[in-house]
Amino acid sequence: MIETYVVPLLKIVVLLNAVLVSVTYMVLLERKVIAWVQVRLGPMRVGPYGVLQPIADAIKLILKEDITPARSDRWVFTLAPIVAMVPALIAFAVIPFDKEASILGYHVALYVADVNVGLLYVVSVTSVSVYGIILAGYASNSKFPLLAGLRASAQLISYEIAVTLMLVSVVVSAGTLSMVGIVEAQRTSGVWFAFVQPVALVILFIAGLAETNRAPFDLPEAEQELTGGFHTEYSGMRFALFYLAEYANMIVVSAVATTIFFGGWLRPFPNVAALGLLGLIPGWIWFILKTFVFLYVFIWIRATLPRYRYDQLMRLGWKILIPICIANLVVSATVVVLLQR
Amino acid sequence: MLETVVFYALALLILGFGILVVTSRNTVHSVLFLVANFLCIAILYLSLGAEFLAVIQVLVYAGGIVVLYLFVVMLVSLRGLPDGPRNSRRRTRLGLAMAAAVLAEVSAIVVSASARPAGVPAPELAAPSLGNTEMVGWLLYTDYLVPFEVASMLLLVAMVGAIVLARKAE
Repeated sequence: MIETYVVPLLKIVVLLNAVLVSVTYMVLLERKVIAWVQVRLGPMRVGPYGVLQPIADAIKLILKEDITPARSDRWVFTLAPIVAMVPALIAFAVIPFDKEASILGYHVALYVADVNVGLLYVVSVTSVSVYGIILAGYASNSKFPLLAGLRASAQLISYEIAVTLMLVSVVVSAGTLSMVGIVEAQRTSGVWFAFVQPVALVILFIAGLAETNRAPFDLPEAEQELTGGFHTEYSGMRFALFYLAEYANMIVVSAVATTIFFGGWLRPFPNVAALGLLGLIPGWIWFILKTFVFLYVFIWIRATLPRYRYDQLMRLGWKILIPICIANLVVSATVVVLLQR
Repeated sequence: MLETVVFYALALLILGFGILVVTSRNTVHSVLFLVANFLCIAILYLSLGAEFLAVIQVLVYAGGIVVLYLFVVMLVSLRGLPDGPRNSRRRTRLGLAMAAAVLAEVSAIVVSASARPAGVPAPELAAPSLGNTEMVGWLLYTDYLVPFEVASMLLLVAMVGAIVLARKAE
């Protein structure tokens, strides 16, 4: 009874809260890092060095007036932010933060579920989140959001193919779809898959930027041409949901990349006994550190690169990334078969 | 017991969303009900223990194909259906005939499947101790190789055809 219902529920509650808190602090981190890149200070007023800024932002967004535009599609308009947020949150269910940790004497696995289609589950769940943007674009009854919705759907369809093909290459190397299994495969082979599949890592990162609508691929919300894109007509808490969904998606992509390319909770060089000292740091801290590096790179790229033009984006997806993906898949499958001989 | 309740609840939802898909006057709403329908079918697969199929259902249908539907619907910005179908009686008759044909086909499959219970050897015998995903892959590349290849050929032909049609005349 306790094992089947109470423990998973507790895990879900803790995980959701941790994710939401880290999402709000991601916003602060992004503002700070971009400010430092531009030789500014960023938020400094609320709390020391602005650390309480996310709380002030949250209170402001909750108290703001929530406007539904006239002649908008009311139901869909309300549904869109929810659809954007929910997939990002439920994707965390299969992400393994650590194999096992002892909390108050109990041994608890630090993941909600280890399903044997884990990686596919993440891909399919995040593929649903595009509806949030498309529906927001349609329901707002306004031309800029509609354009953004069209862009988002074309962009996501194109880049999802690249992501999925890349993940297939990784699955071929790991021999399993389970997230825990992929990390275990990296432990047994003694090397992170980042070094086995370097091409896959680079392409997954590029496509991940496009999937999460981050710069330089943030065309659905390009504020200079579309005045904010799909969330032009949104305000108050519903706007905040879109904002949070973007950061939650970033964390999902980073966590997945950490799991499948950088050994999840494993310490660096997991099979070198001389570095056993590193094992004193618990696995989930390694996991969070590696994820954080990815998130930092996301922000760094946004602060550095200009936005792609729309046709360049589509050309990159279809004519460059997908052919490389297919070639990579063929090569890695051949190598795996030859190694088994 | 629980499984039966879940099955009937899901069946009701699937049918309800299916009816809403065809009766909704707003094209975008209709597509949305289709997504809900697909998600319910995915849950049905899950309750049958076919988690691979469930995930693929969400990935391919809900996440891929219906996004394309929405893309097209928004591109042509069809706010409502054109009014006054002129030969609605003919259309009704055609629809009924097609529904009857599909019903006959499905019942033929159900009857023939239950008629030979021990016809095909259980796949567990052929490939022991495989997970759901491996099992699907195993069956696709052994017992169902020909249908699998035919289906992929069909998709390739459709793709080439689409490219040929979309090319500008030179």
